[in-house]
Amino acid sequence: MKLSSIVESISLEVKTGKNNLQNDVTGVYISDLLSDVMANSKEGNIWITLQTHLNIVAVAGLKNLSGIIIVGNRQIQQDVLQKAESEKITVMSTPLPAFEVAGKLYQLLNG
Amino acid sequence: MDETIEGSFQIIGGNFANAGEASMQLKSKLVELGIDEAIIRRAAIATFEAEMNVIIYAAAGRLQYYITPHEVTIKIDDMGPGIENIELAMQEGYSTAPDWVREMGWGAGMGLPNMKKNSDEFKIDSVVGEGTTVKMIIHFS
Repeated sequence: MKLSSIVESISLEVKTGKNNLQNDVTGVYISDLLSDVMANSKEGNIWITLQTHLNIVAVAGLKNLSGIIIVGNRQIQQDVLQKAESEKITVMSTPLPAFEVAGKLYQLLNG
Repeated sequence: MDETIEGSFQIIGGNFANAGEASMQLKSKLVELGIDEAIIRRAAIATFEAEMNVIIYAAAGRLQYYITPHEVTIKIDDMGPGIENIELAMQEGYSTAPDWVREMGWGAGMGLPNMKKNSDEFKIDSVVGEGTTVKMIIHFS
């Protein structure tokens, strides 16, 4: 499934990396522990997290993730968005909590 | 590729903003060389965790990598507090990270185990009060 369909289906706000929305999504990984994401996420995964600091950009880049969904309407600092934009990482935001985002994504990807 | 390709980075403790610089550069070198994706992934994970350890725990450190036709070697030496009990530090889930680092999602006690897991050869030496050195080798085949 393309990232763009997911963005549309669950009304995500795309903060950065708008040019990558045609990327394929291979699955989803949910964790707020960055080493866990480094170890266990797969290429092309969407990453659901509430972490918003700079290191999420590096993790997503190193693991070739298809995007990051920041849940719970958390504010993302400008320097993080700038870094994400320059590294071509798609950062998305939603007011929904992780559980609801995960439920919706599960239905979209496995329904 | 006949020659060794090298890179060297100075890492400053507490400088979270630059985390990933060394691993990103190593990753793109390995991509350029057409190295197998699974091996690149392992090198990227091991290098990134090593960078994070210096940033979280040490005052400063240096990361160097050497790519030969057969393998990549990553060496890190830091001016940090040193590790009192290496066996304990290598246990998954054991961490001495402060709370604010854990709140960032680091310090889950996965760094050193991830580094070892993703290396073919892993060597760690540490002197309390002086620092820690880690050498990791990942073979290409």
